[in-house]
Amino acid sequence: MTLINESVNRVEQKKKYCRFRKNGIKYIDYKDPHFLLKFINEQGKILPRRLTGTSAKYQRKIAQAVKKARHLALLPYVADNLK
Amino acid sequence: MIGYNYETVFILNPVLSEKEAKDTVQKFKEVLTQHNADVYHVEEWGIKKLAYPIQHKSTGYYALMEFRGNKDSVKLLETEFRRDERVMRFLTTALDKYALEYNARRRKGEFNKSKESTIVKPKKENLAEEL
Repeated sequence: MTLINESVNRVEQKKKYCRFRKNGIKYIDYKDPHFLLKFINEQGKILPRRLTGTSAKYQRKIAQAVKKARHLALLPYVADNLK
Repeated sequence: MIGYNYETVFILNPVLSEKEAKDTVQKFKEVLTQHNADVYHVEEWGIKKLAYPIQHKSTGYYALMEFRGNKDSVKLLETEFRRDERVMRFLTTALDKYALEYNARRRKGEFNKSKESTIVKPKKENLAEEL
């Protein structure tokens, strides 16, 4: 019996990437709530970048866009069942 | 021309009639043009459902204006918004070069949103014909 943990096969896990870097998107539109829906959870909270894979630069822009959309009532501040 | 590019989205009271809403949008456009700002795009989204109630109302009349002006023109516009009871909410944003590029494409209707609306329209017409 060994006390060494079994190695996890990480090759199978898909590498996350920043979709803005990859697709060359430079501007995130706060007027498009349908698109921003990808970056918030069911309660309307902004998803962390460890889940979405977004780079820091674009995560800041997403956060700003979501907040602007909330101000204009395009997205809710609090929700129970988005999606 | 010196100055910056801005865009402003505002929500009008849904109780207004179609004509009153249009007049109000026109009024704010004039406020800008009278103060040497160049309004180059106005868009009216019409009555939309709000994600949460504002002033106990669940819908609002959305309008978008893009203009080129200076800081003072924004200040003036925003004081006008605050004075006017018909305006429920507003947001003015300065546009960077990427935003300008995006908006130019958006105006041409290159994005899905406008495609959807063009798809939806013929459906409605079909329904009318069936009825």
